Amino acid sequence: MGDMIVVQDLVKNYGDFCAVNHVSFTVPEGKIFGFLGPNGAGKTTTIKMLTTVLDPTSGWIRVNGHDPTHEQKQVRRSFGIVFQDPSLDDELTAQENMDLHGILYGVPRAERLKRIDILIDFVGLGDRKKDFVKTYSGGMKRRLEVARALLHNPRILFLDEPTIGLDPQTRNHIWSYIQQLCKEEGVTVFFTTHYMDEADRVANDVAVIDHGKIVAQGAPAELKEKTKSANLEDAFIALTGHAIREEEANATDRMRMMGRAWRGGGRR
Amino acid sequence: MKAIYILCLRQLKRYIRSPARIVGSLGQPILFLIALGFGLRAMFARAGNGDYISFLSPGIISMAILFNAVFSGIEIIWDRQFGFLKETLVAPVSRLEIVFGRMLGGAIVAMAQGIVVFLICLLAGFRVVRSPYLPLAIVFMFMIALLFAGIGTVFGSVLQDMQGFPLIINFLIMPLFFFSGAIFNANGLPAALRFALRLNPLSYGVDGLRGALINQFVFGMKTDLAVVTVLTALLLAIGSYFFSKIQL
Repeated sequence: MGDMIVVQDLVKNYGDFCAVNHVSFTVPEGKIFGFLGPNGAGKTTTIKMLTTVLDPTSGWIRVNGHDPTHEQKQVRRSFGIVFQDPSLDDELTAQENMDLHGILYGVPRAERLKRIDILIDFVGLGDRKKDFVKTYSGGMKRRLEVARALLHNPRILFLDEPTIGLDPQTRNHIWSYIQQLCKEEGVTVFFTTHYMDEADRVANDVAVIDHGKIVAQGAPAELKEKTKSANLEDAFIALTGHAIREEEANATDRMRMMGRAWRGGGRR
Repeated sequence: MKAIYILCLRQLKRYIRSPARIVGSLGQPILFLIALGFGLRAMFARAGNGDYISFLSPGIISMAILFNAVFSGIEIIWDRQFGFLKETLVAPVSRLEIVFGRMLGGAIVAMAQGIVVFLICLLAGFRVVRSPYLPLAIVFMFMIALLFAGIGTVFGSVLQDMQGFPLIINFLIMPLFFFSGAIFNANGLPAALRFALRLNPLSYGVDGLRGALINQFVFGMKTDLAVVTVLTALLLAIGSYFFSKIQL
């Protein structure tokens, strides 16, 4: 089994600000890799570069053996992703969102319809699949996004804080399914989370990133031992300090707020 | 190809499912049609220019198409905000297919709005003239729609948020509309204005559509068709280019 994700010396600068600073790590096939760090540490920026939507300033990346900057199509075919922010079309039904995804990924019709049913049932949305996504709660949208990411049988799953807003039951349900996928089908998982207990429980390896740099890397047990901490949360705080990070609202966040106000007015 | 189809279909579904939007975007053309059409009708006839409603209607139809087409491009900003854009950008299809699907869907929606406005114009007293050019009306409507969906796509791709939105309305869409010959005849204008009119891509669309519907031309059918075809192809290419440069 080879390495599904290889990152060497990855750098992303925005003007003077260095969001990702000479980051290196590898994720072997079939493993679950937790990418941990405080707000604004560079987690999402790294995921964007791995998933072809942002070009790195410098560095070397291979995802399923391909370069995200130049072999975008091969890389895109390899992974499924649950983004940190919602990415569904609210004006479509759950089923239509799934179908659109399946068509974009070239899943043949018969298989697509079958898998959509199975996956929507799996995340407990079977009786709501014909409802518009705009009528869904945050947790339901999250579940639908997880189902959608799995639709095209990806080799790699990127999960950017996938369990935010999910209750412990759903969280366990989804993680046990993903762990099973890793074991039985060799799917590789790259995820970020703020729930340290979750990372401790499911990740084979974790990397802790802070201010764009990886400050520690290894199995959760190794990190706890190294920092002489009882649990991963204490280890995390020992590694990254107690200071609370400020994350500047970006243009997208500001727009979302404007959008809410505008949509509240009843248009669209 | 399937990606183009499904993204185009998505836009049609969104259009049909929001009657508020359909009705809402009819408001402005109807207002212009009634206020200008009936307000200036008598004066226009007294000046010996014929029926103003018939002259104005192709302009009002173009206006509806212009607005809806540009907005369809600007919708990229909304999809960026509400996240759906990401879903398409990580999919294993070329940017070209994505942006073509979007522009095609937007253009069809804009044209549908144009047809609704056309029907309203008929109610207001617009009379189509029987001419061999009549089938070209639908061609011009579609070309205007595609052309401005392309322009909208450029703005939707470059702008990060809606802050620049009033700028586009007041300094792009409105001038394009007013200086297109949609509401007045190009003949008898000051030289500077006539020049602006000749530079405006919409002028050729309006002229072509008016020519097809009531057989009155300023530039002539061949010129209109040639200019609009070339510009549409160009704008589709430019729109696609800017879209393909989007990073998240």
